[in-house]
Parts: sequence; C-alpha cells; structure tokens
Amino acid sequence: MSAAIKQARARRKFFGGMGFHGFGVLASFFFLAPFFWAGLSSLRPGSQSQTPPLPPWPTNGISFDSYATLDTFGSGVWQHTFNSLLVSLSTVVLTVIVSLLAGYGFSRYRFPFKNVFFVLIIATLMIPFQSILTPLFIILAKLGLNNSLVGLILVYVTLQLPFSVFMMRNAFDAVPREIEEAARIDGARDLKLLVRVLLPLVMPGVATVAIFAFLNAWNEFLAALILLSDNDKYTLPVLMTAVRAGRLGAINWGAVQAGVMVMTIPCLVIFLLLQRYYMRGLMAGAVK
Amino acid sequence: MSMTIATPLAAADKPRRRARKSRQWQGLLYIAPAIILVTIFFVIPVLFTVWMSFHNWPLLGQPSWIGLDNYIRMFSDTRFAAALSFTAYYTVIATIAIFALAFPLALFVQNERRGVSAYRTIFFLPVVVGLATASLLWVWLANVDSGLFSPILRAFGVTGRSANLLATFNNAFATIIVMVVWKIVGFTMIILLTGLQSIPSDLIEAARIDGASRWQRFRFLTLPLMRRTLALALILSVTGSVLAFDQFYIMTSGGPQNRMISVVYYIFNQSFVSFQLGYGSALSIVLLGILVALSVVQLWLLRVGDEK
Repeated sequence: MSAAIKQARARRKFFGGMGFHGFGVLASFFFLAPFFWAGLSSLRPGSQSQTPPLPPWPTNGISFDSYATLDTFGSGVWQHTFNSLLVSLSTVVLTVIVSLLAGYGFSRYRFPFKNVFFVLIIATLMIPFQSILTPLFIILAKLGLNNSLVGLILVYVTLQLPFSVFMMRNAFDAVPREIEEAARIDGARDLKLLVRVLLPLVMPGVATVAIFAFLNAWNEFLAALILLSDNDKYTLPVLMTAVRAGRLGAINWGAVQAGVMVMTIPCLVIFLLLQRYYMRGLMAGAVK
Repeated sequence: MSMTIATPLAAADKPRRRARKSRQWQGLLYIAPAIILVTIFFVIPVLFTVWMSFHNWPLLGQPSWIGLDNYIRMFSDTRFAAALSFTAYYTVIATIAIFALAFPLALFVQNERRGVSAYRTIFFLPVVVGLATASLLWVWLANVDSGLFSPILRAFGVTGRSANLLATFNNAFATIIVMVVWKIVGFTMIILLTGLQSIPSDLIEAARIDGASRWQRFRFLTLPLMRRTLALALILSVTGSVLAFDQFYIMTSGGPQNRMISVVYYIFNQSFVSFQLGYGSALSIVLLGILVALSVVQLWLLRVGDEK
C-alpha cells in the first residue's frame, strides 16, 4: 500500500518535472531561436544570403561573406564598431566618475539645498529624453558639439545620472563611517581617501552602474540618429539604418544578420559575465 | 586650572568649526559635475522646449514669436491625432500582451527547482540587446523572400502562398507586438518575480491549509500583495510603449499607409524631417504632459498600495 503511494508520488513527480521542463525548454526555444537563427545564417555564403534560412546553418562551409558585405557600408564596420565602443566606454568612465563623486557627496556631506539637488537629479527620470531632443539638438549646436561623439557621450552620461547617482549614494550609505574615520586618522584625505579606501568597498555598485551605462549607450538609437549627421561618425545602430534601407532598392539580408550579430554579441557576453551586478541594479530599481 | 584649559579650547574651537563648515561645503564640489551636466543637458533643454514651442523656429533663419499658434495648430492636425490614437492603441495591446505572458513566466521561474535560474537567464537575454537590434533581427525574420516566418507559415498551411507579413497593417502590427513581447517580457517577468518573492511563503501555506484553492490563493492573496509591484511593472510598460519609436522606424518605416507613426515618430518627423522645430517642441511639451500625468497616476497607484 505505502509502496503504491510512493510509486504514485514518484510518478507524479516525474511527470510534473516533465511538464515543468517541457514548458521551460519550449519557452527557451522561443527566446533563443532568433539569436541562433541570425548567428548561423550570418555564416552562410553570400549566394545564400537572400534565401530563406531553412536550414539556418551553412550547408557548404562557413563563410564570412555577410560580414565582408557589411564592411562595405558607411565607413566600414571597424570604424563604426570603434565609434560605438568609444561612445560606450567613455560613457561608462564618465558616468562612473561623476556618479562616484556625487554619490559620495550626497552620502557624506551636509550642505545647503542638498535635498533639492538630489531631487533635481532623480526627477529627470520623470521626463523622457525623447521630449527634449529638439532643443538638445540646438543647444549642442550652440556649444559646438553638434555632430560630435563628445556631445553624444555627454548626453548619454546625463541620461545615466539619475539611476547611477542613486545607486552610488546607496552604496556609500552602506559603508560604515568608522572605516573613513580610521583612514582619516591614518592621514588619508579627500580624493585620496575616496579612491584608495572607499572605492574598493563600493566596487559592486560601480560595476552595476558601469554595466547599465555600457548597455544603454551601446544600444541607444534615436539620439544618435538625430545628433550625428556625418557618415563616418555613425554608431552601429545608425549605420544599420543604411544597411536596412538597402542599395538600389535591394536589401542585403546577409549584412543585416552580420550587423545584428556585431551589435548583439557584446551585450550578451557582458550580461552573462556580470549578471549578478546587472540583476542587483534591476532589483534596486524595482524595489525603490 | 580650568580657566587655563578652557581658554585655548575656546580659541581652538572657532577655527575647527570653520574647518568643519568648509568641509561640509566640499560636498557641493563633489556633486558639482553631476549638477552641471543635469543643468546643461536636461534642465535648460526642458525650459528651452517651452520657449521654442511659442516660436516658429526653422532650422536656418530667425525664429519668430507666434504665441500659442503651435498649440492651436495641434487641434486641427489630423495626423497628430492619428499618431496619438495609434500610440494609445499600441500601448494598450502591447501592455496586455506583455503582462499576459510575463505573469505565467514569473510564476514558472518562481519555483526553486533545478534549472530554474538557467531559465530565468534565458528568458531575460533579449532584454539586454537593443530595441533597434531586435527590430532589425525581426524585420529580417518577417521578410517575405528571405525571412523565416513566411516559409514556416506556408509549410503549416496557414497561408497559401508567400505571405508578406509587413505589408498589411494588422499583420505588421502583430509582428511588432510579437517582437516587443520577445524583447521585453523577461524584464517584466523579473519585476513581477521580485514582487512574488516578497510575499511571505507561510501566508500562502496557511491559506492552503485553510482550504483555499490555487486560484483563490492567487486571486485573494498573491494579487493584492503584489499591488505595488504590479503598479511599477504596469507604469514601466506603459511609459515604454508610449515612447516607442525604434520598432516603427526600423521595421515598417511608419507602416503601411503611414498608419504606424507613433507620437515620438511624429515629433521626429516634424522636428528633423520637416525642420519645424517650434512645432516639434510644442508636440514634445504635450508628450511630456502625458508622461507626467502617467507618473502622477503611478504615484497614486503606489500610494493606494501603501494604504492596503
């Protein structure tokens, strides 16, 4: 009797597990398939790039034709990848520096209008940047920063600030003040104290800020489309509009697949390597 | 004795207090770079948007003050009305579609079972690629001659001959909704998951022992306790949809018969294609008003959540 029950329970558990993982595998297929399809198809020879991707994998040898075709657009894929990397990495570095300083200031000092300033920075979250692109275009022109990667970087840094300053202030709030006092007695002051003593302690916060800054700058499309007008300054998403538009009415889908992979792979690699810090940032944002 | 100690102390106190005060002022130095950036690239542009919206502002040449004309013009602008109603339609459908899938997925990955963290990661992957990238990927998949969906639909006998998914409004709209769900649902799933995990498990257990069915536990315990999280996920989804641009620009270029022009797309066209920067600014102010109104609704929803 008890053996029968045990057997029934084991069977239910087995089929429950089957159902669970059956659903999981099916859903995973839905989320992963487009990436694999594009990745495999991008390795097909140029002669196949206009045919439906069935099967997606290259049937007669791997070829990099699609990537070579992509390279013929704009100023070449290397130039535009370089632009994208330059913009994204500069955004990361500047965002980290500015939000590190501001987070420290907001966490450790008392000064007039402190709360006003903090609310001012956070309140920019309420206003979508899509609604200020028109004046931004003119202001950047007045500053001589129109059609320049520097201008784009500064805009991206500003867009990252509400989240980043908030993250860094919380990170500093979590560091006990005794550590600073001990370091101060040992003679470390101001910036030296911040960089040598405190920076290692808030490193997880810095990692979170850096990942979000990188992904957002790397993926941003609308501001780059509006603010950059020189062909050789385009970031990858803007370059891809030229590929998408095609030549003489014909779109080279191989180049589209290759471009998608060039833009996708860095995001996936960074996310998979630093997932812990990414999720921490997401949770902090969701809870608050 | 006490006097001799007190005097130097009192004398030393003054500079020390001044030193502490100047130390506190240093805080302003630390936050200065952030404040300068936010002022130049956010506060001034916002104020400037208001200023520009009262002008006829061409790209070249002198702007001229026209008062409220840009705002009056909006009321007779049928294309703007079409953009507003299309954006509203898209927002409602996309939000419903995302939630309809995100909730089951959140419940699915809530189980602490073997492999569940891998599923979480996989479902989340499309979130970290750009919307522009995702749009490009899907416009290829949906292409009639070189894509994937058309031959598959034909193989399953859904369509007789090659179906051009992006040629008609309904099919193109459905394709974009599927793409957006694929891209966004993992994000909403994780937000909902944080809400689910904040519910004490003994509460659910107690209800189960009291004989509450699975549906009753979900309806009368889980849902009310997730109110705050639901409000947050809802607002993020709604604001994101209201601001949609990339997918319409890249996938359909505004869609069959220009029927897929969202509000941001329309502002983009007015400001940077027709170069009517003043009118574009006035439209931006309206968009901003809509978004602020949505934020107020969000705060109200969250407050209601607190009272519960």
